[in-house]
Amino acid sequence: MAGEVQPPGILLGTLEKGINWARTRSMWGATFGLACCAIEMMGTGAAHNDLGRFGMEVFRASPRQADLMIVAGRVSQKMAPVLRQVYDQMSEPKWVISMGACASSGGMFNNYALVQGVDQIVPVDIYVPGCPPGPQSLMHGILTLHEKIMDGEIRRPVIQIGN
Amino acid sequence: MSEENQTEEIDSAEGAVAVDATTATGEEGRRQIHDMWVAGTEERADIRQFTDEGAQELLPVEDETALDIQRGVVVDDDYEFEDARDEDELQIINMGPQHPSTHGVLRLHLELEGETIRRVKPIIGYLHTGMEKTGETLTWLQGPTNVTRMDYLSPFHNELAYSLAVEKLLNVEIPERAQAIRILMTELNRVSSHLLWVATQGMDIGAISMMIYGWRERELVLDFFEKVTGLRMNHNFIRPGGVAADLPDGWEDDIEALLVDVPAGVDEYHEILDENPIFLDRCQGIGVITPAECRAYGVTGAIARASGVDWDLRKAFPYSGIEKYEFDVPVGKHGDVLDRYHVRMAEIDQSLRIVKQILETMPAGDYRTEDRKVTPPPRKRIDESMEALIHHFKIFTSGYKVPAGEAWQSVESPRGELGVYIVSNGGAKPWRIHVRAPSFAHVQALPAAMTDTLIADTISTLASMDPVLGDVDR
Repeated sequence: MAGEVQPPGILLGTLEKGINWARTRSMWGATFGLACCAIEMMGTGAAHNDLGRFGMEVFRASPRQADLMIVAGRVSQKMAPVLRQVYDQMSEPKWVISMGACASSGGMFNNYALVQGVDQIVPVDIYVPGCPPGPQSLMHGILTLHEKIMDGEIRRPVIQIGN
Repeated sequence: MSEENQTEEIDSAEGAVAVDATTATGEEGRRQIHDMWVAGTEERADIRQFTDEGAQELLPVEDETALDIQRGVVVDDDYEFEDARDEDELQIINMGPQHPSTHGVLRLHLELEGETIRRVKPIIGYLHTGMEKTGETLTWLQGPTNVTRMDYLSPFHNELAYSLAVEKLLNVEIPERAQAIRILMTELNRVSSHLLWVATQGMDIGAISMMIYGWRERELVLDFFEKVTGLRMNHNFIRPGGVAADLPDGWEDDIEALLVDVPAGVDEYHEILDENPIFLDRCQGIGVITPAECRAYGVTGAIARASGVDWDLRKAFPYSGIEKYEFDVPVGKHGDVLDRYHVRMAEIDQSLRIVKQILETMPAGDYRTEDRKVTPPPRKRIDESMEALIHHFKIFTSGYKVPAGEAWQSVESPRGELGVYIVSNGGAKPWRIHVRAPSFAHVQALPAAMTDTLIADTISTLASMDPVLGDVDR
């Protein structure tokens, strides 16, 4: 088709790009607020920072209606199986943002009670640094995830964690 | 192998089978089973090779139950129904730990008869972070980093309680300006916490717009926090010996702007909610706690005051010079959700009243104590003096030692009485830290407020308790 004159009103593109675009523009988060970061996550959705600008102000309580899990806060050993179950209940395609130092690496609490990084139980796409990350940091993480989805394939490689 | 030996083996094997191995027990039984399967070896049979040493042991059946309880599959308690009700009539509903309206990871085990809650069991521990234990591995100076993350909606109060307790052991004098900064920040923190409470209370019972409005004013307060401490939450600002930094230039203008904007926003909340019939229906007479129940369950703070208990630690045991400022303690009388709303709204006004007085009377002086034991030498001295450099280095690497002893300090946090108990054995780190969390007492009072009410009121009651799960579980 290169070099030829295109008829007006025709938009060319790949199916992959179209689907990826649709996915980034309608990403629904699962509310998985755990600790301090959850308050900043609420603040991101509230008036000042207005996550609705990116088509994501809808936080779904039901994991079956969500495709983005923002793990906001410290994950205790007791909470870990619950988190994994919520993740398993989410329908594909799904992504995970690990928000804050505690979710990413255990943070300052290197002790018996906390899972040292949520990536031990679920595959994580984006790590947002901070303790807690401000709304701007979280939005940056979300936009980075959008870029990642746009650049990626429709089908994601299956990631195995553990056995 | 000779023929004789083979015969012997067969004979002995038969002999072994003749014994009923299944009914034999203990070591004898194991020996017999061993003989049965390894023919002709009974004489040199070494039972030890059949032990489970090194293998993974299966838990006994009783422990499986214990494990289930630990996992939360089975909810164990010693409470039993007195009336013989058919179990089929009770419906059990699990709310949480992943639920939008539990304000964190609280799990409620509700037993319903129709739409009436007959029994509530709060199940906690889903956010247990081991902070009291972590506190024992941090120096006294690092302590506020840890405690500020406990009750993450009132970080300044956590730091203040901890710092005051440490200062009791150290016996240091805090400059007046540092004390005033502390009160300024904690009272603003009370405002921001109550603003978030009214936002989530509104959202939980259907007034989504309250969420947006509440956050609008809260962001103003958080902006001031960010300007002073560098962080919106988890500030690590109030430390033993004073505060981390002096107030920035132009803080008076910021406070003046806050004193105009926040009351204007609060007036709007009153307009939205006070006469809203839906809000009234869902708050009036809901989740009632009597003064006697408050005392029995250790309920403090705004909830106790809404029930008519006139108890405020700022008046009863003043700390950090708060007795110098004039303020009233709002008290309700019905003990329901609506009274808690009114009490908290009035507390915002009273806190702003204190902030206004601090703005007018902020003393000049140092923002931290001059005691060189806890305060590093000034920057200029470090350039001049080797000893000052070593002193600075030692304070921030190995920390300072606190005399042996124990101290208790409680402050009035937005939720209630927040107490810190510290034991020192004379070292550079606490020997033990214990925190008396107000939210913990409030969660345990949930059954008193919720039993024999309707399930539709669960969220309203729970939200009005304002539990912060980081405070409950720590």
